Amino acid sequence: MSNPNQNPAPQDTDCDDLSISRIHEGYVLDHIKAGSSMKIYDFLKLGKLEGAAIAMIMNAKSSKMGKKDLIKIECPVGSIDLDVLGYIDHNITVNIIKDNEIKEKPKLRPPKVIKNIIRCTNPRCITSIEQELDHIFVLNDEAKEQYRCKYCEARYHGK
Amino acid sequence: MQMMQTKLRHLMSPMDFSTDELAKLLELAADIEANQEKYAHVCQGKKLATCFYEPSTRTRLSFEAAMLNLGGSVLGFSSADSSSAAKGESVSDTIRVISCYADICAMRHPKEGAPLVASEHSRIPVINAGDGGHQHPTQTLTDLYTIYSLLGRLDNLTIGLCGDLKFGRTVHSLMGAMVRYPNIRFVLISPEELRIPSYVRDNILVKNQAPYEEVERLEDVIHQLDILYMTRVQRERFFNEEDYVRMKDFYILNKEKMELARKDMIVLHPLPRVNEISVEVDDDPRAVYFLQAQKGVYIREALILTLLGLRP
Repeated sequence: MSNPNQNPAPQDTDCDDLSISRIHEGYVLDHIKAGSSMKIYDFLKLGKLEGAAIAMIMNAKSSKMGKKDLIKIECPVGSIDLDVLGYIDHNITVNIIKDNEIKEKPKLRPPKVIKNIIRCTNPRCITSIEQELDHIFVLNDEAKEQYRCKYCEARYHGK
Repeated sequence: MQMMQTKLRHLMSPMDFSTDELAKLLELAADIEANQEKYAHVCQGKKLATCFYEPSTRTRLSFEAAMLNLGGSVLGFSSADSSSAAKGESVSDTIRVISCYADICAMRHPKEGAPLVASEHSRIPVINAGDGGHQHPTQTLTDLYTIYSLLGRLDNLTIGLCGDLKFGRTVHSLMGAMVRYPNIRFVLISPEELRIPSYVRDNILVKNQAPYEEVERLEDVIHQLDILYMTRVQRERFFNEEDYVRMKDFYILNKEKMELARKDMIVLHPLPRVNEISVEVDDDPRAVYFLQAQKGVYIREALILTLLGLRP
């Protein structure tokens, strides 16, 4: 009988041909909306994650979603900002892998505050001229996943 | 002079004060107004920095008058050109330096959120004296104190807000502050183009279940009002000239319209007035907008004392 905690290719993926070897330590991000994995790659700054091995599967068949993307990241646990993922799409399934096994499946939620992930585009906002200022957004309405700039309170429309 | 233990506190938004804190502030302003001698030296040795990155003569002078009335001193600048901002200094650096020179700071800035940035790096209380189209909390405190001192209450009121309700930040702030009191009803008088934005309707009126109606003609509703809060309707806000010409007179308060109003209604205006209130109304005892400017000094005195933790 197989160990349910092993980090397999996702169970609802009919993409054995595309399966990539198991990772020893890191993250498997599953149930990513098809076509969104590059955006997540950029938001998580995976290209700058030193020493990380990254595999992306795009448009994999999914019994739950029809089509989905998937990212496997071989890296030390703690290297990924899960708040960013919660902001992008809290329906993504996160598997945290250690010693070849799934140790944790943290539930994502839209974070209360996000810092330097998105930028305020209000030209009247102080962030437009104060160079060193962090771009901080605060969750204003959880049901609508609506964020407002901490400084000018302008709503972020770009999501 | 008593010095009370207070932790560093700033004023960024009119909603920073709870209704209980606001009640204390209004009572203090009333006491200052009634006993000005008692407070004449409370701030002796204290300095207010007025950091105005854009001109606003009335607000700046009101703050300076407030500090001088309390026996304190003032220093500052009245435009970005005459400050270190012209050399490219950041707001956060400027306030660090100002913290070395003054005990409290009133800051006006064209960029929204600038006073909040200042408060995050300041060792002295920072008062937002207006940040772009965002907040102007001491105007709202002035409005509240004027209502409280002239009508004796902040509840059970029908408040008419007239003119540009779309872009008027003073209107939005006043609504936000007033919905916290029981039995407040709003009558929103504006052309369709200048009605309150949907986020104000949702976040203030709907969320707090505040009753309101929206109408176009002041004449039709003025008789219902305890308070008429006038704002200016600017020509450039209209989509076409025809609509402006058709509607502009609806929003000019004159003697004729005042005759339709109740004898105890009061007329407020954040000033400057241009032509939305005819000068013939100025002598009407219900026209309290200049008195409102006077009361703005007392509430700013109360605010300075509260943030500095001082009492006579």
